Amino acid sequence: MPRMLMKGNYAAVYGAILAGCEAYYGYPITPASEIAESASALFPKFGRTFLQAESEVAAINMVYGASGCGQRVMTGSSGPGISLKQEGISYCAGSALPCVIVDIMRGGPGLGNIGPEQSDYNQVVKGGGHGNYRNIVLAPNSAQEMCDLTMLAFELADKYRNPVFVLTDGVIGQMMEAVDLPEPVTRFPDKSDWAVKGTAESRHLINSIYLDHDDLERWNRELEKKYETIQKNEVLVEEYMMDDAEIVTIGYGSSSRVLRSAVDTARENGIKLGLFRPITLFPFPVDEIAQLPDKGIKGILTVEMSTGQLVDDVNLALKGKMISDLYSRLGGNVPSATEILAKISELYGV
Amino acid sequence: METFLLPRRSSRRSPSFTGCNMEKKTVLRKPKGFINVYKHKPGAEKDRTHYCPGCGHGILHKLIAEALEDFDLVEKTIIISPVGCSVFAYYYFHTGNLQVAHGRAPAVASAVSRANPDSVVISYQGDGDLAAIGGNNINQAANRGENMAVFFVNNAIYGMTGGQMAPTTLEGQKTTTTPYGRNVKTDGYPIQVCELINTFTAPVYIARTSLQDMVNIRKTRIAVRKAIMNAKDKKGFSLVEVLSMCPSGWKKDSLQSQQWIKERMVPRFPLGVLRDISEEAETIERPVPVMDPEEVKKIFGYGDFKASTIQKNTEANIKKISLRVSGFGGQGIMSTGIVLANVGMEYGYNVSWLPSYGPEMRGGTANCSVKIQEDTIGASEVTEPNMIIAMNQPSLEKFEKIMIPGGALMYNSTLIDIEPTRNDVDIYNVPITGMADELGDTRVQSMVSVGAFAAITGLFDPKEIVTLIPSLFAGKPDKVLKMNEEAVLKGYNYVTENFSV
Repeated sequence: MPRMLMKGNYAAVYGAILAGCEAYYGYPITPASEIAESASALFPKFGRTFLQAESEVAAINMVYGASGCGQRVMTGSSGPGISLKQEGISYCAGSALPCVIVDIMRGGPGLGNIGPEQSDYNQVVKGGGHGNYRNIVLAPNSAQEMCDLTMLAFELADKYRNPVFVLTDGVIGQMMEAVDLPEPVTRFPDKSDWAVKGTAESRHLINSIYLDHDDLERWNRELEKKYETIQKNEVLVEEYMMDDAEIVTIGYGSSSRVLRSAVDTARENGIKLGLFRPITLFPFPVDEIAQLPDKGIKGILTVEMSTGQLVDDVNLALKGKMISDLYSRLGGNVPSATEILAKISELYGV
Repeated sequence: METFLLPRRSSRRSPSFTGCNMEKKTVLRKPKGFINVYKHKPGAEKDRTHYCPGCGHGILHKLIAEALEDFDLVEKTIIISPVGCSVFAYYYFHTGNLQVAHGRAPAVASAVSRANPDSVVISYQGDGDLAAIGGNNINQAANRGENMAVFFVNNAIYGMTGGQMAPTTLEGQKTTTTPYGRNVKTDGYPIQVCELINTFTAPVYIARTSLQDMVNIRKTRIAVRKAIMNAKDKKGFSLVEVLSMCPSGWKKDSLQSQQWIKERMVPRFPLGVLRDISEEAETIERPVPVMDPEEVKKIFGYGDFKASTIQKNTEANIKKISLRVSGFGGQGIMSTGIVLANVGMEYGYNVSWLPSYGPEMRGGTANCSVKIQEDTIGASEVTEPNMIIAMNQPSLEKFEKIMIPGGALMYNSTLIDIEPTRNDVDIYNVPITGMADELGDTRVQSMVSVGAFAAITGLFDPKEIVTLIPSLFAGKPDKVLKMNEEAVLKGYNYVTENFSV
């Protein structure tokens, strides 16, 4: 198996090609630009489509078109670009079109800055555009996972005919690590009952209009049911030193990497710290988090690079049995293990 | 209780009659480009369109549907329905259909055309959709010369939303959002789309026609057919702007509406073919995607990868590296870090490299974090380094402060005149830039640093680094490879000769 040192942003593109992604439509933005750059270098080698769109809005609508034709298709961006794409993502969800969107989060609001942040959580995990829909959201925290979870994203997108986000922050996108390239996908789903291919048999309709109120309610209920199935079947988490943990930290993306370091240091000092890391943010690991208070732990600290977007979901899952504390850094600052451990000491007296 | 403005016609699924004076039997029927029964249309009336009496959309729909049948293209055509009155175009056409967001039809059509290069892609749009909210999308699709036929219905008003101002609304024209008439001082002038698109190099066919009378409908028919044939023949981008009646929006009857096009619209939007280079245009060819897994692996070169056999040095001075490399942009800061991470990976360690990214990379200061260790790496940003490589004075001042005691501090003594202030770390003053210059190229200073790093840490054997150089600098001329090899050894030897390591 080939091992290569590469940035997370590149790894997502390798994963896309291995997953059979036929087209990439994107627009440059720091810290996600290497996705478009590497796609522009690699996709043509495989006879696949790369197009630099005129805007983020155009890019997501190109994704809509390619997906409507049955292609595996991807776009990538960062916060300001994702905001622009939201309308098109809503159309994809409303028309049940599978697609993969990589979001390398940066500082906001507005132009903010290009440092890493996790403040797109709400706009990605909660739907973001208009209407009742959810995105499946995968949160890699290494270059290897940028590749692996992008491949998984294509599988889930097709399985549920739904947009899937690969959501991470500038640190994971920009960081280089060793990536073991997996085997390419060998089997692709049959989309002949809905994809428009310009043939007699494929004269289908891709559409999100339901003029009749009852029809639209029925369609929304179908979507709701789909999201319930996803919630039931697709939750992924990683637990580190959780078996005997007395204090649990929760985080995803680059903050979960820092938390891992914090756990290692804490353990060296005899503090029983554990890490609970959601890999899927939708579906959120509601049941797994709800069980934490039953394990006799002293406290839960959610660490995120946003002002309490993740901790809201943690506390919803805890249903008032415990309340998670929050430690956050913003504006491009990444929390350090030292400051997290100081916060833990202050909160829980260890 | 339903009320009908028009008397209900009797249900006729296949209206037909026999021509009385002709020998051959003529059957009057819908063209095959239309679905016989409009199954997607809600409600009971599945045999007629949703368009208002006197509207031009129906005429244009029919011209398209007839052409698709006549050219035997119904099955391979994909129609993109916009937002506007023609949002429901998909009710009628017996083709592949995508209904899309407001203004985005050309973007969607671009991807559809690339996904299905042998299909005929039609982007059907109104004036608000094409020239207002989707203005950029139509320009860019035209400029890329996408293989598609765009039919642009210009009726100088927003029909669907109830008669508001369009980008093509005429000077002085009253709409529900220009109740005093369009004032060019505040609302601007009507946009001439064909003239605008005609400024781009790529489009092959640009024409403006009208539906005001039979003569002009026939001219529209010719233009529609030309655009569709261009898409079929993969000639590229064709635009047909069609001046069309909107009796409901204009508050006029059908005849008044036809008259209004002739008297008011045509002077502002002159009719005719603005460009036709379809004959000489080259055919657009799109590549066939490689999807076979074995072929994919071959292109990625899976077969060429060899697992590394380099043995780790269990006696290394520093076994767990948390390194910060920093200096001016252009001093090879990033590449020093990447080479170290690469070599670490070849040794079988876990490695990470994190740059200070963005504008900092283009001039100013640059720094990167490198971790090399046996265990899984947590944080990739090095906040408490046990080693730093400082290539300039600001870097030394900034990063020596955050080092842990007992760490290794290497600084570029060629460019740094001051002494480090820390006395609880091992200090290595190495003339990195000077040695690179001696070798004849300042750019090899990264590899001098790498060699010195190997000597200080004992983690890497310089001979192994040298064997990795051809793959690290793949594609570079032998002279460059040689110079980098020498740089590694020079850096390594300087440290072993001048310090006790």
